[in-house]
Amino acid sequence: MTTTTGTHPTRRLILQGAASVALLGLGNLPFGAVPARAAANDKYPEEAFKQKSEADAIKALYGKTAEPSDKVKLDAPEIAENGGVVPISVTTTLDKVTSIAFFVAENPFALAASYKIPDGTIPAVANRLKMAKTTKLTAIVEADGKLYSATKEVKVTVGGCGG
Amino acid sequence: MGIRRRDFLKGAGLAAATLSLPRLARGTDTASIYDLERFGNARILHITDTHAQLNPVYFREPSVNIGIGEMAGRPPHLVGRAFLERFGIRPDSADAYAFTCFEFEKSAGRFGKLGGFAHLKTLVDRLRADVGEKRSMLVDGGDLWQGTGLANLMQGRDMVEVANLLGIEAMTGHWEFTYGEQALRDNLERFKGEFLAQNVFLTEEAAFNDALAFDKATGRVFKPSVIKELGGHRVAIVGQAFPYVPIAHPKRFTPDWSFGIREEELQKHVDALRGTDKIDAVILLSHNGMDVDLKLASRVTGIDVILGGHTHDAVPQPIAVKNAAGTTLVTNAGSNGKFLAVLDLALDKGKVSDVHYHLLPVYSELLKPDPAMAELIGRLRAPYVSDWSEKIATPDRLLYRRGNFSGPMDELICTALRTELDVEIALSPGFRWGVTALSGQALTMEDVLAETAITYPETYVQDMTGAQIKDVLEDVCDNLFNADPYYQQGGDMVRAGGLSYTCTPDAAIGSRISELKLGNGKALSASHRYKVAGWASVNGQQGAPVWDVVGKYLRSGRMLQERLGSGVTLKGVEGNPGIAGLG
Repeated sequence: MTTTTGTHPTRRLILQGAASVALLGLGNLPFGAVPARAAANDKYPEEAFKQKSEADAIKALYGKTAEPSDKVKLDAPEIAENGGVVPISVTTTLDKVTSIAFFVAENPFALAASYKIPDGTIPAVANRLKMAKTTKLTAIVEADGKLYSATKEVKVTVGGCGG
Repeated sequence: MGIRRRDFLKGAGLAAATLSLPRLARGTDTASIYDLERFGNARILHITDTHAQLNPVYFREPSVNIGIGEMAGRPPHLVGRAFLERFGIRPDSADAYAFTCFEFEKSAGRFGKLGGFAHLKTLVDRLRADVGEKRSMLVDGGDLWQGTGLANLMQGRDMVEVANLLGIEAMTGHWEFTYGEQALRDNLERFKGEFLAQNVFLTEEAAFNDALAFDKATGRVFKPSVIKELGGHRVAIVGQAFPYVPIAHPKRFTPDWSFGIREEELQKHVDALRGTDKIDAVILLSHNGMDVDLKLASRVTGIDVILGGHTHDAVPQPIAVKNAAGTTLVTNAGSNGKFLAVLDLALDKGKVSDVHYHLLPVYSELLKPDPAMAELIGRLRAPYVSDWSEKIATPDRLLYRRGNFSGPMDELICTALRTELDVEIALSPGFRWGVTALSGQALTMEDVLAETAITYPETYVQDMTGAQIKDVLEDVCDNLFNADPYYQQGGDMVRAGGLSYTCTPDAAIGSRISELKLGNGKALSASHRYKVAGWASVNGQQGAPVWDVVGKYLRSGRMLQERLGSGVTLKGVEGNPGIAGLG
């Protein structure tokens, strides 16, 4: 598990940026480059939660795309025991993690949850998600300003008829 | 008997040689097919999916067992002649009869019934005596407690007594869970062996409420493994229960438990056995099903042999699967008590240096029943046998169940549902247990129960639109033919009565099922509502138990006049060696 002590310079910059966002936001002034990037981490991502497709939600949340990484470990059942409550979790060995988010491709709104990971926190998040039907599940870890992802298909079945 | 014995011996020499790995051919002195050459320093005997069949049975292996994608044409997805050729079994031999559907009816008369626990006991004792004290163990892969009227009524208690007398030292489970936690725990109190399941965990709610568990720290409900000293070496048996119990069966039976394949937990456990416990061999006693085991063997390292079950595949030789750290052998030992698997291990410090594997058919004609087991079986059956022995019908055709899409036994059940419950369409689950009845063999209630005895037998009648019916077929079909075995639950296609359709197994979910038609040839309308009857629903139902419905139909004497086909046309699998004519 990654443990971070002390404040990394980059991290401090982003945090400073976050404070600016709040102030600027109050004043209804346009965002600068740095605060806009930090917005994914620090402001309630209202627009992202409104997006129907996974691609649009990722774009609204981060403004960029993620690359698959085996350093992101997504744990979810192959076949859900109850599509109404699917236990999932993600851990990562990546450094400087700032956020973790879950996307359920086939849900009416793809973004299911987005967590801010404060500095010094072990980047491990567990969640329970509702899935109406078989779907691709994606976890995105934001680390050192880059996006890394892991995906898994979770099958939701009417069940029965086992041998 | 004399004639039959001669039939057996004729093929014995050749058949026996094909039962072990090719490189490990048996000795030439084959006085009996059960005389195995001594090999190695530890022997593990494995039975699985006996489905509580206490007495010998007829059981026809499938004529349709299609493999899709990577599994196409590979064991276990071979039937009939393709199977015989792959494993070098002579078509007129007893082994051809035991392992395949090839000329089943003709051979049934020649070679008789297989299995039976009294016969099995004789064979087990003999094979254990052959290797001497502290060199053998007997394990069961699950589905031991379910499959007969007796087992259902006694909630598996009969089979616990039988297991204790047989000497089963470790088992895992599947249908065992459908008796619910209390009955399961009561039975395990009486069971002298270990019940192993590395992949059953408390749900978070149950853990929070301090529910009973083997290990509170991990939430494991049952002991994951047992270490046994065999021939001076330490062998670990790890249990892998059926991963999809709360999905394939009503969740109400196991509300506090969560299952799954749990690959990662398994890997950790195997690593600990090898690292901390310094064992010499790791055996996975699995109820995953063979396709799942083959995939698992390629991903999880450190397992020497997977003794598999669930999919009822009688595979004469282990399949070797390479993974990152070595090779894992994968077996599957058939069903209904027909087979006893013998795994002989040559153990060294920290490793298995070689193995011999035999999947021995339990020919009841060649084995003397063990008197103590015969007495126990008689005593267990006595209170019920007279109630169930009345002959209620004599069908004029062979009745079997096993096959991917249908079989005459399930056609009979569907016809009974349609007739007795007055509906257009009947659905019946694609179970792989349920024995075979020969043409002209009188059926009793005990026979009907051997096809239907489950803890959720209630029938239902409901209105479903054509679109809903198609969705159900698609859903079940994906459980069977998903290209990724981890997304398969096992079992066969739901049987449909009064409905025909075309199936394209290698298509994606949603596009496998087409051309749905009613019995009268009219196309099924997506929006029209149809009256549908069925049983074994995962949702609670209130109708009469299915065995009463089928019993009533059989007693009425209205046996099906015309021979119904399976009603399924296959597309895109021409030439697949998992098909030997639609059954």
